[in-house]
Amino acid sequence: MANVSNETRPLSPHLQVYRLPLNAKLSILHRITGVALAFAAILIVWYFLALATGPEYFETASAVLTSWFGILVFTLSTVALWLHFANGVRHLVWDTGSHLGQKASNRSAMIGLAFMVVMTIITLWIAIGG
Amino acid sequence: MRFLTDRKRVEGLGSAKQGTGHFWEQRLSAIALLFLVPLFVLPFAYNLGDGYEEVRAAYAHPVNAVIAIAFFVTVSLHFFQGVQVVIEDYVHGRLGMILIIAMRLLSTLFALIGAYAVIRISLGA
Repeated sequence: MANVSNETRPLSPHLQVYRLPLNAKLSILHRITGVALAFAAILIVWYFLALATGPEYFETASAVLTSWFGILVFTLSTVALWLHFANGVRHLVWDTGSHLGQKASNRSAMIGLAFMVVMTIITLWIAIGG
Repeated sequence: MRFLTDRKRVEGLGSAKQGTGHFWEQRLSAIALLFLVPLFVLPFAYNLGDGYEEVRAAYAHPVNAVIAIAFFVTVSLHFFQGVQVVIEDYVHGRLGMILIIAMRLLSTLFALIGAYAVIRISLGA
């Protein structure tokens, strides 16, 4: 190791400027959405507890869930849910040892994102229509 | 001469003393949620915004009630399994252990409240 500052050596990725591959972004989003979905889950159980308690309490919970705040939380949670769902399916397939290559995982990432968009639209459409 | 089989030697080992148990259980809850998420979320979205009597009648139905309880219990388990891994990755030492214990208790409480509410609705109490 005479010259340790040899500039021709490859550098490890600089995190500030390194553009993460799609799969890396989805991996991080999988964790974030998984933890964040707990927030919607708590709201849903609270809504059910209110439903079990009585009409007055239910009206309060229902009003919170359908307020601008509730709509914002549930819209974001719907996107997060279907992203986590699609990515989870990819992980289950990977666990069988198949579709692990770069091309295959990029393709499944795009299919997963398309699934997320379609299921989000369907879910919101049901919520608004129903 | 070795008297123990390979299987016997690894059984119950690993750093967490449970081998692939956590990994396997997390996949099982994920597979259960493949069915439970659409079965719970889509009717929930449909009912959201409706009045007390309508929603109450919907979840008094045995099919919806069982789906809802199964969903709450499985979500609680799957959340804990996931958040445990996240905590183990990012928070070390005693704080990590305290967080894991807290998450275990809170996720269990979540499942119990959900199941209690649905049973009460379903039995009309």
